[in-house]
Amino acid sequence: MIDLAIIGAGPAGLAAAIEARALGLRVTLYDEQPGPGGQIYRDITRPRSDRSAAILGPDYLAGRPLAKAFLASGAGYQPRATVWRIAEDGLSFTAPEGGGDQAAARVLVATGAMERPFAVPGWTLPGVMTAGAAQIMLKTTGTAADGAVFVGTGPLLYLVACQYLDAGMTIAAILDTTTKGALLGAASHLPGALRRPGMLMKGLRMLRRLRRSGVPFHRGVTDVAFEGDQALSAVRWTSGGTAHRLECAHAFLHHGVIPNANMTMAARASHHWDKAQAAWVVDRDAEGRSSLPWLFVAGDGGGIAGAKAAALSGRIAARAIARDLDRGAPDSARLLRDYAAEVAIRPFLDRLYRPAPAFLAPQDDRTVICRCEEVTRGDLARAMQEGCPGPNQFKAFCRAGMGPCQGRMCGPTVVSIMSEISGRSPEDIGYYRIRMPVKPVTLAEVAGLPTERVDGRN
Amino acid sequence: MFQPLEPGSGPRVRVFLDDTPVDLPEGANLAAALLTAGFSPFRTTPVSGAPRLPFCMMGVCFDCLIEIDGIPNRQACLEQVRAGMRLRRQSGAANLEAAE
Repeated sequence: MIDLAIIGAGPAGLAAAIEARALGLRVTLYDEQPGPGGQIYRDITRPRSDRSAAILGPDYLAGRPLAKAFLASGAGYQPRATVWRIAEDGLSFTAPEGGGDQAAARVLVATGAMERPFAVPGWTLPGVMTAGAAQIMLKTTGTAADGAVFVGTGPLLYLVACQYLDAGMTIAAILDTTTKGALLGAASHLPGALRRPGMLMKGLRMLRRLRRSGVPFHRGVTDVAFEGDQALSAVRWTSGGTAHRLECAHAFLHHGVIPNANMTMAARASHHWDKAQAAWVVDRDAEGRSSLPWLFVAGDGGGIAGAKAAALSGRIAARAIARDLDRGAPDSARLLRDYAAEVAIRPFLDRLYRPAPAFLAPQDDRTVICRCEEVTRGDLARAMQEGCPGPNQFKAFCRAGMGPCQGRMCGPTVVSIMSEISGRSPEDIGYYRIRMPVKPVTLAEVAGLPTERVDGRN
Repeated sequence: MFQPLEPGSGPRVRVFLDDTPVDLPEGANLAAALLTAGFSPFRTTPVSGAPRLPFCMMGVCFDCLIEIDGIPNRQACLEQVRAGMRLRRQSGAANLEAAE
């Protein structure tokens, strides 16, 4: 029995593990990747050249001391682990060398964010991937694709485009889907954003860089669609009242990030619809307590707030857990103040980069919504005409959400489409009922057997 | 095509892609290494047979599913290149005979 099992080795999980160890707790951290860092600091411990470090920049390299401190903290660490069950008694996981169960007094979910699904016609074609995926290619293997088109809105899209320019890559075009309404709406949140002027300036610098780079920068982009037979060959869009078409072999999509909430949903913790972030978010108090006494949440998995806020929330949660276990911990007032200052810019960013309604709920019936089962917008609309009352019933009507990704790639869009067609609110509609195993696992893995066989036979 | 920004210096190891030997950087993320090697598509879908490549690279989309050493449906983005890996492209719906 350990005191604390942490899921996720991003900034929240790493900071929580370091803090919990400093408070004398027995801690083990589980993560899917081979090294610490999560997605923001992916592959952070790998030695890299000065050039690669310069391309990825200081915000990425800030993960190095965190990862180093974690590896020296004395916390248990199970990389390459898929946690498929969490409960009051601890968790169950699979790993190449054999998985099993771990009893724990508390579980901290720090599963971070995922990119908001961006369903447009042709987004399943080879050659289309997320901007985050393009950045992971940079971080993990130092590879990049020439002549790509960047499509969408939000800081990560602009950051990856800037990193591409720093890497000397050509960008065919940037198709910016930020709406005029969002610009106006965000203006009222400027005072909060000005509490973090550094972040605001960083964003403005990136946009200026891109506009002055000579890369075609189209604003107010709507009606994005990808063409291709076996792979992406062109992108079509509308901007400035004109229809455009551009041939390309790579396109990187991004319109914000949302909490990766499958784990907390499967645990049956209570969640709420966050209107500002247009996403389902787990209910948690200021110290990370969920509605379940054994379950804590830190970082972007409990609401998007960024890497620095994630690390702070991890420390705050670790202290709260130590106190709950009667182990004592320093007061968190200072950390809570720092956290509040860090997230002051969020209402501005959430409003500015909220996707246009037509991107949240695609209008074109041919758009694939569920990538796994290839269910289109038209299939969903038809199911609703036939009386499909909610997201869970789509599974029976047309198999949306029934594939291996367990609804991760379609759930948010399914809810938006249902809301748009029915006029019901997302709160009223709810979400898929997520169940354990939180990720698909084989019976052999459930039995704790190793997953790697070198000869390919039993 | 994804191209390396710098010449690779680390050791490469031999893996087998549908029985064809290919040398990939040892320890590299498998999905990233295969994309860079031009392996396309990673699989075809069970429903329509449509080609797919990795989409998210972080374990949520399941488009990078591949058979590794006889075990189907592994997420390539969560695996590392090891010497001797036997990789197979998954075509369409699962085949019970292949899993025997």
